[in-house]
Amino acid sequence: MDKLRMMVVDDSNIIRRKIERSQQGGLFDVVGTAGSGVEALALFGQVDPDVVTMDITMPQMDGIECITQLKARKPEVKILVVSALSDKATGIEALECGAQGFLCKPFDDVKLNGALKELVGDSHV
Amino acid sequence: MSEATLQVFIDGVINYFQHTSDKDVKVGSPYLAENHRPAAFDFTGIIGVSGPYKGTVYFTAPKALLTHLLLAIGEKDTSMENILDLVGEVSNTISGNARSEFGQEFMISVPVVVEGAPSVIHLPKELRSYVIPVYWKAYSAAVVICLEH
Repeated sequence: MDKLRMMVVDDSNIIRRKIERSQQGGLFDVVGTAGSGVEALALFGQVDPDVVTMDITMPQMDGIECITQLKARKPEVKILVVSALSDKATGIEALECGAQGFLCKPFDDVKLNGALKELVGDSHV
Repeated sequence: MSEATLQVFIDGVINYFQHTSDKDVKVGSPYLAENHRPAAFDFTGIIGVSGPYKGTVYFTAPKALLTHLLLAIGEKDTSMENILDLVGEVSNTISGNARSEFGQEFMISVPVVVEGAPSVIHLPKELRSYVIPVYWKAYSAAVVICLEH
């Protein structure tokens, strides 16, 4: 089975690299990374991901706005929010904008991969 | 500031370090510090807070701790860029996690990273801050809370 294509969006370089490392030999092929919502929108059409991990608190454009725009372009893209914002209202807001999952920072590889597997479902695991 | 409010940030910093390869973090007794003599180590990640709580939350740590912490989370590139990124990310994570207790109205900024102590822009001299000492491996760091409610 081909690996699913994943884009990582986070303003922290070390978080982007942590998520990339977690997929070495994993289920997903990280095809692009972006440091803001604006960068993510520019990159999205080029890399055409199946899955996006999305931070919320970012400069220029936050994750909520970015999710809305990405879902408008490609409704079937699956989005996992990976954020330190741990209140229920933010989680609900992200889901209402089109995200399918929420993982709270800090996280380890086990939690991340568990959330990603839940996101894509059994057919891709 | 209530004990319960401080506990939210104590829990936040413990939770952060428990996701590293060395979970053995200790937190000292919080104390009050005058803002004209702020607690600071080599690098500081500052989060501005608005909403019902207004002020600043920051995490400050020596370079050696941040270098070691990068390695503990699996990052082999211990460049200055990543050290600065890390101190901002720790402060962002501790502050963001506080919303589980304070809710969405606890609005936080993206991190500002500085060498040494925050300036008076972030830390008004007439106010005082609660300093939460953090001990990890052989290093000391601190989470500092300067919030009005």
